[in-house]
Amino acid sequence: MRPAPTTQNLYKIFTRFTLPLKSSKYPGLKLYQTRSYRPLSQYAISICLVLMVSLIAFAFNDLIGYKVVALVLLMTVSVIAMLFEIFPVLLAALLSALIWNFFFIPPIFTFHIERTEDVLMFLLYFVVALVNTVLSFKIRKEEKKAREKEEEVRQIAFYNTLLNSLSHELRTPISTIIGAVDVLREPGDKLSKEQSEELLLQIDTAGMRLNRQVENLLNMSRLESGILRPALDWCDTNELILSVLADFKLFSTHTIVFVPDDDLPLVKIDRGLIEQVIHNLVHNSVLYTPENSTVLIQSTIANESWRICVSDNGQGIPEKNIRSIFDKFYRVPNSKTGGSGLGLSIVKGFVEMHGGTIVAKNGESGLLIKVELKTEISFMNRLKNE
Amino acid sequence: MNKAEILIIDDEPQIRKLLEITLESNDFIVRTAENAKLGIQLAASHPPELILLDIGLPDKSGHEVLKELRLWYNKAIIILSVINSENDIVTALDNGATDYLTKPFRSAELMARIRSAIRRNQPSVNNSTTSCGDLTIDFSARLVTKNEVSVKLTNTEFNLLALFFKNEGRVLTHTFILKEIWGVGYQTETQYLRVFIGTLRKKIEDDHHSPKHLLTESGVGYRFI
Repeated sequence: MRPAPTTQNLYKIFTRFTLPLKSSKYPGLKLYQTRSYRPLSQYAISICLVLMVSLIAFAFNDLIGYKVVALVLLMTVSVIAMLFEIFPVLLAALLSALIWNFFFIPPIFTFHIERTEDVLMFLLYFVVALVNTVLSFKIRKEEKKAREKEEEVRQIAFYNTLLNSLSHELRTPISTIIGAVDVLREPGDKLSKEQSEELLLQIDTAGMRLNRQVENLLNMSRLESGILRPALDWCDTNELILSVLADFKLFSTHTIVFVPDDDLPLVKIDRGLIEQVIHNLVHNSVLYTPENSTVLIQSTIANESWRICVSDNGQGIPEKNIRSIFDKFYRVPNSKTGGSGLGLSIVKGFVEMHGGTIVAKNGESGLLIKVELKTEISFMNRLKNE
Repeated sequence: MNKAEILIIDDEPQIRKLLEITLESNDFIVRTAENAKLGIQLAASHPPELILLDIGLPDKSGHEVLKELRLWYNKAIIILSVINSENDIVTALDNGATDYLTKPFRSAELMARIRSAIRRNQPSVNNSTTSCGDLTIDFSARLVTKNEVSVKLTNTEFNLLALFFKNEGRVLTHTFILKEIWGVGYQTETQYLRVFIGTLRKKIEDDHHSPKHLLTESGVGYRFI
């Protein structure tokens, strides 16, 4: 027997394929947060700012005097220190000190300083600018540490909810299987034929459900690993959709409508991935609409782009939740059990891997999901003869 | 009739037990091996009618075992694989596997595959005509009839259908079909294949949208039944 996966193991697995989390969900303090400019642009912006301020100060030099200019330049360095990393700021401090010396301290246009008072001021300027830089750097480092810690706490909470919901998803079918087997095993003929058939059916359904969840988890980890590349190959769209719909023949509770159009060209896509996309979309509609609902699949090709619409006549999704349905592990509040919140995020991942787009909206009745895939097309299938 | 022998090479005791019970209850004699070494030994000492071979074995990959077995063993080998591994399946088929099954599988499906594979162990009688359901093909006259009505096929369509008839019940990989029909150099021209499968279905199927003869094995190839 292999050892059962412990919670820590599961935690490791989940952290592996759920990182990185969207950082926008965890806004930290804005003030000292390093802006996300690339290092090179940080240098460029620092230099530009210092030059610009110097230029303006130079124009008004007669009015304000070179001592005030020093304060203005210091302020500029402080502003830069709040935004950028330490080295661009040091550069700004150095540059501004030199500029102040060269263009403002008399005699101007030389690095020579005559009066002792000015030498002292120049040194002071330098020290203040440096202290300023180092201090804001330190504050920012502390703040970053605090934010990381906060994020870690939040992530642990997030994984806990996630683990709870997933272990529930996996345990329900497992309990069904174990429980049903126990009842079937009981000695004597307490069960009617129908009852034992029903138990066997429950075991069967539970097994399929487990299989589906595992497949979703695998797909998600394949997606997150980043090693998955779509293997494009020519494909008959009708054949693909019909073969996916064949899996739903057992769902007698729902009517699934698809009218194949034999004039559609071949498309070049990853068949396995797109089968999964359509399967998950149809499954999602079947799972979350009441019995006797209709699921409609439409497939059209125009301008080298294959559009697949899956719509149903269920109750749709509350507008405030509709934007989140493609998020990983997201489940619409108060929705029926049976999902892991993975299906639609896998759909989105696979579609985007094809450079495609996906949108969900509430149609005239029920939910409408539109997938659009850019693809090469071939009308070779329209040739009637060799 | 002597009971046919089947060798199971799989490292999972639960799967071995399940297969053993399923096969024995269907009147087969079963031998099991939990690793590649033992499997190859057993196959040599008691050549079975069919081998069920798992791709993920502890001591050697199933692909290696398949290659070694194929050096001398020419009866059926069915590969057991997991889902999402079309590459594994195609490789195994191209290396001489008779068929494949993905875990989890239904026992009815397993039995059907096993029976069909064992049937094909017998050398086929070289009849010039043969039937499959409502379809009949006459290889020498290059004629195909459906419910005794002649079906008009182009040259390529006929060659394609003849290839399927000769390999009834077997999965043929895209590469294999393309090489057989269009020749070396065309192995990646799947466009042709899609088009001709499409037109062939229109001619031989009752409803070309839900084929009963020419089935698609997603990511792997086609199977004619």
